[in-house]
Amino acid sequence: MARNALISLTLALAAAAAGAQTPAAPAPERAAQLVRMVRQDCGSCHGMRLTGGLGPALTRQALAAKPPEYLAAVIIHGIPGTPMPPWSALLSGTEALWIAQQLASGFPEEMRSQAP
Amino acid sequence: MKRRSMLSFAAAAPLLAGGCAATSASSATSKPPALQGTGDLGVVIERARGALTLVNTSRREAMGRVEGLGDLSHASVVFSRDERFAYVFGRDGALTRVDILERRITHRVMQAGNSIGGAISADGSLVVAQNYTPGGIKVFDAATLELLSDIPALMPNGERSRVVGLADLPQRRFIYSLFDAEAICIADCSNPRKPQVTTLAGIGRQPYDALLSPNGRHYIAGLFGEDGLAMVDLWDAAPRARRILAGYGRGEKPLPVYKMPHLRGWAMAGGRAFLPAIGRHEVLVVDTATWAEVGRIPVAGQPVFVMARPDGRQVWVNFSVPDYNRVQVIDTPSGQVIDTIAPGKAVLHMEFTPRGESVWISCRDDNRVQVYDTHTRQLQASLHVDAPSGIFFTARAQRMGF
Repeated sequence: MARNALISLTLALAAAAAGAQTPAAPAPERAAQLVRMVRQDCGSCHGMRLTGGLGPALTRQALAAKPPEYLAAVIIHGIPGTPMPPWSALLSGTEALWIAQQLASGFPEEMRSQAP
Repeated sequence: MKRRSMLSFAAAAPLLAGGCAATSASSATSKPPALQGTGDLGVVIERARGALTLVNTSRREAMGRVEGLGDLSHASVVFSRDERFAYVFGRDGALTRVDILERRITHRVMQAGNSIGGAISADGSLVVAQNYTPGGIKVFDAATLELLSDIPALMPNGERSRVVGLADLPQRRFIYSLFDAEAICIADCSNPRKPQVTTLAGIGRQPYDALLSPNGRHYIAGLFGEDGLAMVDLWDAAPRARRILAGYGRGEKPLPVYKMPHLRGWAMAGGRAFLPAIGRHEVLVVDTATWAEVGRIPVAGQPVFVMARPDGRQVWVNFSVPDYNRVQVIDTPSGQVIDTIAPGKAVLHMEFTPRGESVWISCRDDNRVQVYDTHTRQLQASLHVDAPSGIFFTARAQRMGF
């Protein structure tokens, strides 16, 4: 049931993505927030270097077989029965797809100012 | 550097003034070691830089750094019983032994692909790592980090399970839970090269972490896959797991769980245990005589750490994203939230000083560790630390299950 919903959502997102080739990239400030969120908050399960933990690895190699639209659907809806939560309260669909595309092409490092 | 030369000057001054040639001769040829205890020291994980900041909790200041520890994005630490050495378990599977006084790494092994924490035996001789990949535990000689045994966490189908909730038990035994296998295991490492493992099956779905009561009697694993916890009375002749708080959220729609709560670092006080609810903005209160729920305390977000001050009078709670800029304080006799403080951005961890007069709180996104007086909630100190996460004080060495 949940898987069916995921698949239909994946298809819907794929169609949307086909219509607009690439989603609008978030504004630079928001993009930096999203990169930080993935590295730090998603990192609590997937590892700050995205090499996995309680959740699977999210490196480019690990995700090679997964289309970004599918990944975006997982981010927004979570995977029932696993610890992967739905992030729809904190992310828009466009943002999720942008994150998915960044993951698929090797996720950017965080730009951070370090403490002295 | 500057401090060290100041100290040696201060030490030499009385000798010079007194003209005590006999004793000053030895200190002139080799610099006397700066004698120092370790009972008020600790480490703070710098998760982004793979380093430790070493801290002194009496002075409330940093005393040095140790670098080169790898990926510390979910690091935890146990201490030798002399409170001199820190064993750091890194996300990347590294186990590193750090000399806190000499501020250097003494031993380091890559022992797994993905690790989540560890434990040390009461006699200080064995250090055990719990691993996600490959799923299982590994037993090391605490002095040399020589591998003594490798214990896979096997599921009935032969695959390996991720291991969570490792704790030390008396008699060189270790207890842990299998996230993927609905099981709790007890490994008897009295002969560490030939460990004997007892498995309690069917304990409930997806145990995600566990705690050991301060007396070592009760082991409680939180369940992610269902509402409830699995509890083992280790004083039973034949310990078995029983369900407690079964269905604590029945009929309510759980909220998304953005971060798994941590149970280690028990919160037991006055005959009651305080536990984070999964998917709810609540702390659950359990009577430790009957193990029945006796209350729920509404809090400001999804609890991650629910930790009792060492005297048990207060319980401090931090939260998952997006509510992780606050910390709440529960007064245990009344069961009321008596204070909400805003220490900084992205509070990840809290650690009480050994007697609980202060609490140190890591604020990852502010690059700060904030120190509060637990009685007045006044800020006592603020330390610059790069992306701090876990804070671990050496007094943990003297507590079971830490």
